[in-house]
Amino acid sequence: MPDLTNETNQTNEIDPPETLSGYGAKRRTALSCMAWAGAGMLWTLSGGVPGSKLLSGTAQAAEVDRHAFSFVQISDSHIGFSKDPNLDPASTLKEAVDKIRASNEKPAFMIHTGDISHLSKPGEFDTAAQIVGSAGLDVHYVPGEHDVLIDDGNSYFERFSKPADKKWYSFDQGGVHFIGLTNVLNMRGGGLGFLGDEQLAWLKQDLTRRSSSTPLVVFAHIPLWSLYPQWGWGTDDSAQALSLMKRFGSVTVLNGHVHQVAQKVEGDISFYSAMSTAFPQPAPGTAAGPGPMKVPADTLRTLLGVRSVNYVPGQMELAIVDTRLSV
Amino acid sequence: MSLFSTLRMARIATLLITTSVAADSAFADVGPAAAVVIDNFLFSPAQLSVAAGATVTWENRDDIPHTIVNDATPRTFKSPPLDSGEKFSEVFIKPGTYRYFCSLHPHMTGTIVVK
Repeated sequence: MPDLTNETNQTNEIDPPETLSGYGAKRRTALSCMAWAGAGMLWTLSGGVPGSKLLSGTAQAAEVDRHAFSFVQISDSHIGFSKDPNLDPASTLKEAVDKIRASNEKPAFMIHTGDISHLSKPGEFDTAAQIVGSAGLDVHYVPGEHDVLIDDGNSYFERFSKPADKKWYSFDQGGVHFIGLTNVLNMRGGGLGFLGDEQLAWLKQDLTRRSSSTPLVVFAHIPLWSLYPQWGWGTDDSAQALSLMKRFGSVTVLNGHVHQVAQKVEGDISFYSAMSTAFPQPAPGTAAGPGPMKVPADTLRTLLGVRSVNYVPGQMELAIVDTRLSV
Repeated sequence: MSLFSTLRMARIATLLITTSVAADSAFADVGPAAAVVIDNFLFSPAQLSVAAGATVTWENRDDIPHTIVNDATPRTFKSPPLDSGEKFSEVFIKPGTYRYFCSLHPHMTGTIVVK
């Protein structure tokens, strides 16, 4: 299924706006690669056409900029993994966080879409929390299956859930409604990721109170779309969750788990899988199974990265920028 | 079990019992052993028949942890997370069909048939 996988551009060049305008008008996202520290710009979408903030000089643009915000996504840090191709995922997580810190644009917050640890060990959680915390940002976590290996995930939830939150939660930022879901608990034999009736009932109630014009950003570890069910890359009851969101005009769904950039658009719902900060996995169906892809040391960092998501009020689409640790 | 010499028990316990051998009554009450390996997110063999009393040992050969969890209520066996190279053993006394899966990657399934 190579058509579902859309790798970030290999180049570190930033295309001039003239080049992007025709390209961007047809595409729903700006998926490009840039050096955060070097460029000091974030791509935004204005009228469906990607541009850069430094180039927007009008009063209207300034007003929009005042209410716009960005957040960052990191995923699959797998602290505790120590095999080919990455003997030290703590160092690559640190590189990812350092990239975020070096950005001229301070993100409003960070989300971590799970597999913080490799084996749910307290020391792994501690190391990850310390490195992620060095970004100085509020962090919203959702668990991966590697984080809930012990004690039904209680050791994860005690550490990473905010006091008022249950195993799933929502919050608002700048007019956008964010929903963090857990789809790695109580998974059934022969099945995929699983949300469960209790979480779906909560989601229904949470969304009932929102107007359809509220942009939604939903994040979970395992894809909420059928990316590649043969490898378990999907969620059994995601269709029920997505049907609750159909009346909303702007829905962005972010996930980890697959350790690579992939995207899909279904109606008004856009799905994006993120890179890992630890190791890549093969593209769907291109290997005997998923799992760490053994790549040469000098290419590892071109397959790891972080994501920035930018929201501009009035724009239906959020701009997604995936940045590799090195190019 | 005490009727058998430890030498004989050790020798038999190291044998890999196939379906046809497991059906042999000569092995039925001496606690034969069988193995399932995990490679590329698959249990192999996915279907395994053993004699009652057999010890089945799973070995994780992947670079990712897996678990072996009985898919039944109530659950009769559940392994801790097996990291790469780790093993888990379960003795099957009672005849029956035991389905299991990996609770991290539930699309991974297997069956032990105890005769």
